[in-house]
Amino acid sequence: MFANFDINFIIFGVFPYVALTVFLVGSIARYERDPFTWKSSSSQLLRRKQLIWGSILFHVGIITVFFGHLIGLFTPIWVLDALGVPYWLKQWMAVLIGGPAGIAALIGSTMLLHRRLTDPRIRVTSSYPDIIIMGLIWLQLAIGLLTITQTLQHMDGAEMVRFMTWSQSVVTWNVNAWVTVVNVHWLYKLHIFLGLIITMLFPFTRLVHIWSGFAAPFRYLLGRKGYQIVRTRRQTALPAHRATGAGQSTKPAE
Amino acid sequence: MRVRAQIGMVLNLDKCIGCHTCSVTCKNVWTSRDGVEYAWFNNVETKPGTGYPTDWENQARWNGGWERTKAGKLQPKQGSKWRILANIFANPDLPEIDDYYEPFDFDHDHLKSAPEMDHFPTARPYSKITGERIEKIEKGPNWEEILGGEFSKRSEDYNFEGIQKEIYGEYENTFMMYLPRLCEHCLNPTCVSSCPSGAIYKREEDGIVLIDQEKCRGWRMCVSGCPYKKIYYNWSTGKSEKCTLCYPRIESGQPTVCSETCVGRIRYLGVMLYDADKIEEAANAAEEMDLYDAQLGVFLDPNDPDVIEAAKAAEIPQDWIKAAQESPIWKMAMEWKVAFPLHPEYRTLPMVWYIPPLSPIQNAAEAGAIGMDGDMPDVKNLRIPLRYLANMLTAGDETPVAQALERMLAMRSYMRAKSIDGVRDEGLAARVGLSGRMIEDMYRIMALADYEDRFVIPTTHREQVEEAYDLKGGCGFTDGNGCSTGISKGSLFGGSKKPLKMPEEVR
Repeated sequence: MFANFDINFIIFGVFPYVALTVFLVGSIARYERDPFTWKSSSSQLLRRKQLIWGSILFHVGIITVFFGHLIGLFTPIWVLDALGVPYWLKQWMAVLIGGPAGIAALIGSTMLLHRRLTDPRIRVTSSYPDIIIMGLIWLQLAIGLLTITQTLQHMDGAEMVRFMTWSQSVVTWNVNAWVTVVNVHWLYKLHIFLGLIITMLFPFTRLVHIWSGFAAPFRYLLGRKGYQIVRTRRQTALPAHRATGAGQSTKPAE
Repeated sequence: MRVRAQIGMVLNLDKCIGCHTCSVTCKNVWTSRDGVEYAWFNNVETKPGTGYPTDWENQARWNGGWERTKAGKLQPKQGSKWRILANIFANPDLPEIDDYYEPFDFDHDHLKSAPEMDHFPTARPYSKITGERIEKIEKGPNWEEILGGEFSKRSEDYNFEGIQKEIYGEYENTFMMYLPRLCEHCLNPTCVSSCPSGAIYKREEDGIVLIDQEKCRGWRMCVSGCPYKKIYYNWSTGKSEKCTLCYPRIESGQPTVCSETCVGRIRYLGVMLYDADKIEEAANAAEEMDLYDAQLGVFLDPNDPDVIEAAKAAEIPQDWIKAAQESPIWKMAMEWKVAFPLHPEYRTLPMVWYIPPLSPIQNAAEAGAIGMDGDMPDVKNLRIPLRYLANMLTAGDETPVAQALERMLAMRSYMRAKSIDGVRDEGLAARVGLSGRMIEDMYRIMALADYEDRFVIPTTHREQVEEAYDLKGGCGFTDGNGCSTGISKGSLFGGSKKPLKMPEEVR
């Protein structure tokens, strides 16, 4: 068995499942068992400087990049074909949208990392996970941008299709998924590996606020009628609510 | 009509001596922890002054509270829901900790550990955040104590709006008052409205506004939403915190710590009944000056048989209705109209109200020049400008403030006549729109201020809110063996679950 041992199999065939399992189970366990620690850990109160620009550039950039990866990697290839989107066009879109967004995110994260490491207030109030995850994300953004240099050498989209095949194989339990990425440039490999590491560390860091960040618009815009929230401690609902049904509309200022 | 009850508070500024006992006892009970050293759920400001955090009253700068849009819609001044969400990465309206002050302590250990030196050792300050030496403390929680600092800075006080303030910088014309502040437990709180997570809520039973610490994600929109800047971001836990109106004490019929320990006996706690259906309309009054009257219109007369009937239908317990009838808050805000909301123009319908202070007669040295209105001095000659108080308490409307001050002066004259001359001067009482009996009642509650008259607090009806049998054998707090810390109903990892019951949303 070990005669066939291939490090690529471990990293691209097995490790994705480990990382995703830790990511999901860890997130659920933390949300369920220790909701008090579930937070964005904002440090804006302690130092505004470098945060406003840094945070906006970083977040807008990285959210664009995130959805770019999500849509880019997980759109089934037959959907592309059915829509008649040529691979080279998708590749160009990825470079033209992802590139600037990645640069914005890198600039933002550089500002944030610099602030975190050099500002005495932010430095002492940072936990190790705070610093480590910020550093890893910075590295990941830098590597991700460097892969563009490779991508520009084959704009036909063939390499991109490999990554799509790989990620879609992973989530469809195809054990041979790893084979598709064995021969790609090491920068891509490093980028994927680091991405999986970040995924695995996710539940143990402040990154859990991403879940809440995506949930917030739904909660706030759709889940809440009007602005106010009144909670009751009563065991049984008030007769007024009983009579008109539980879904009685909440007025904006009530 | 949807009747609800709220525990309200009145502070009689006429009697506040600025001793800060309220702030210190509150601090010791609630915020002597990491991350909230800088936070004072209760603080006392010297006015005129820019306060804590600096310039908090200036909503053109901080965008707290609500605004009425041109279309006549009521929305948080920092923006509608979309706008608030768009600012989630960086909140442009959030104060920095330096706007409060950088928390510090003194190096006391050095006093005993210093080696023999030529000079006496001193305890120098250091930052409670970084631990680094602070060479010069630039700001504190009460930096303008007793008119500290130069007038040019203090006079940036927002309440000087519309006043020729220069003359009050002159020594002869200077004036001063104290303003103790805490969470207003508003009827229309902007903090609640600004929270994208829905972690902040108002309790239906007693109106106390609380933050669910397990749902708070630290988006910090509440901090900028609150125009009173009474929500504090705990930089250690990453959650927001606020005054709880000492709800564990209130629930058992005790006054809050700040009220209990008030040396001047200036604080009052009692029940107010209000109509929840009228809140939006009142908060959205077209003119700012109408907001004070609009809020009065939200309160319900606890002696009105229709209100009593509706209150009973809303399952407000009998002893709460009785407490509302005896409420000192009702008497001062509604019957005597001597108490006012703090900055009604923020449109939050605050529930901590203030009795404006009397002040020495201006130009008293110029004997004979004092304007007298019959037996009483004219309130327009009081040292604290009427407009200043009106800017603070009635969105600039001087008439109600003048009436309140006249009534307080009348109370003094009436009681002086009664105790010295043995005369009950009904004419004097009538001139300020009261009766002798009402003035004597005012005197009992506002001047004598016995404990039972100041605090009329019904206890929570635990049979309504708890399953007593489930509590048996529970821990009474949300930690520890047998008491799960999770928020979901089921337990993911097995074992029995006896969570403390959290309040549920009313829709």
